[in-house]
Amino acid sequence: MVVDVAFWVLSVLAVLGGAAVFYVDSMARATYALALSFIAVGLVALLLQQNYVGVVTILMMVMEMAVMAVYMVMFMGMNPALMPMSMVHGKRMAMAAAGGVFALLASGILLVDWPSRRGAPAGDVTMALGEELMGPKMLAMAVVSPVMVATIVAGVVLAAHRTRYDRMGDDLRRRPADDPQPGGVGR
Amino acid sequence: MPDSTVTAISPVWALAGATALGLLVVLAAVLDGLLGARATGAAGSTGLRRPLAEATRLLRQRRRTTVAADRLLWRVGGAGLVVVALMMVTVVPLGEWTLLDLDVGVMWFNAMDVIVWALVWLTGWGANSANSLVGGYRFLAHGLGYELPLMFALVAPAVAASSLNVGDVAAAQNRVWFVAWMPVAFAVYCLGVVAFSVWGPFSPALGGDIAGGVRAELSGVDRLLFDGGRYALLAAGAAFAVPMFLGGGSGPLLPSEVWVVLKTASLLGVFVWLRRKLPAVRPDVFMELGWMVLLPAVLLQDLVVAVVVVWRG
Repeated sequence: MVVDVAFWVLSVLAVLGGAAVFYVDSMARATYALALSFIAVGLVALLLQQNYVGVVTILMMVMEMAVMAVYMVMFMGMNPALMPMSMVHGKRMAMAAAGGVFALLASGILLVDWPSRRGAPAGDVTMALGEELMGPKMLAMAVVSPVMVATIVAGVVLAAHRTRYDRMGDDLRRRPADDPQPGGVGR
Repeated sequence: MPDSTVTAISPVWALAGATALGLLVVLAAVLDGLLGARATGAAGSTGLRRPLAEATRLLRQRRRTTVAADRLLWRVGGAGLVVVALMMVTVVPLGEWTLLDLDVGVMWFNAMDVIVWALVWLTGWGANSANSLVGGYRFLAHGLGYELPLMFALVAPAVAASSLNVGDVAAAQNRVWFVAWMPVAFAVYCLGVVAFSVWGPFSPALGGDIAGGVRAELSGVDRLLFDGGRYALLAAGAAFAVPMFLGGGSGPLLPSEVWVVLKTASLLGVFVWLRRKLPAVRPDVFMELGWMVLLPAVLLQDLVVAVVVVWRG
């Protein structure tokens, strides 16, 4: 009974938190509405006794929101957190797309002939998940992670104002590099 | 975890746990007052009185308001530190008793310390004041430097004990304390605790050069909660170090509960004492230090631990 109530309260909180991201008029509120939504999802996972998955979800998502604030000062000229701004753009198009996708998925849920369950879940689902990722799917994981890191680095490099020629001169020979921040280990 | 090494007790005991954390906070504040009095050459008794005097002063102070403050997020940030510290100590076993016998207790602690990032930044942001916001970003910059080394420092004891359960990690040290053969991980962990408590060398986020930084516009009970929260985080970090690195409740003569409290109080005392012994670390300088020195060092430590564990079978 208590678990049922908690499940539904957290689920509603997760959905409302997600919706609030687009409703509020401040970047900080949008960011932390999303964090709240993810925390609720993590707690639902805890309720389902997936402790590792639940706690990791909370950990990663809260950290990600804090890092989002770092990106906010890195790449937005003024500090947008300090002024009210709309969290949506291209409203009409986005509403139509969202409504269409929702209708499609919801009708899918209702119309598809769901198969009956085959097999049983593993005793320790976290362990099974880990073995699946680290065992047969290891190659895919080993490829995906460098690609993701490369994407992040490439995104930052493309967005950054200064290039290596600004740092190291036209012939890339200047050492130490000319940086606005000196760094800590004297390179 | 079928056969756990610790016993979970009734949630009613959470009140006792919170009281214990509160006592540690008072202890730390009194010690800081005494050290502060000694540093300025004032009489010891003024230092002894200072925490109480400051608390009563803040309780009577009128709340400062700022224009267009985001009050909700501001208050959440300021009051949240105490809550996070309380959540941290729920997984710390006191001898053989624990409030929450979570199979992923180490991750739980880690998740809580990450929430501090959000809370400190929100406190800096909510006031709608430039100086507090600068302070908030200084904390995030420190965070980018200390968090990954801290995470990998927590990995070492968990790997050595082959468990993320805090009670199991403590029980795995019945012969040698982990601090003895993973000193790098312990040092980095302590640094992380001092950092997420915005304490001592990691207090530029509250620096006088930016009019108090994150705390600039905090007044009255909000300021009391924020500063109390910092002490509480320091105490919770010290308490968590005991099962992770300092052998849990093991020790001669005295019962294990007493040993846990003694070890926690001693480490907390060292943290408080360090405040006046170490220079402030600049966020921009520390970022590179964290990534170029601390992270490789702690990864090497993890490698050594992993090799030892595999070799022992």
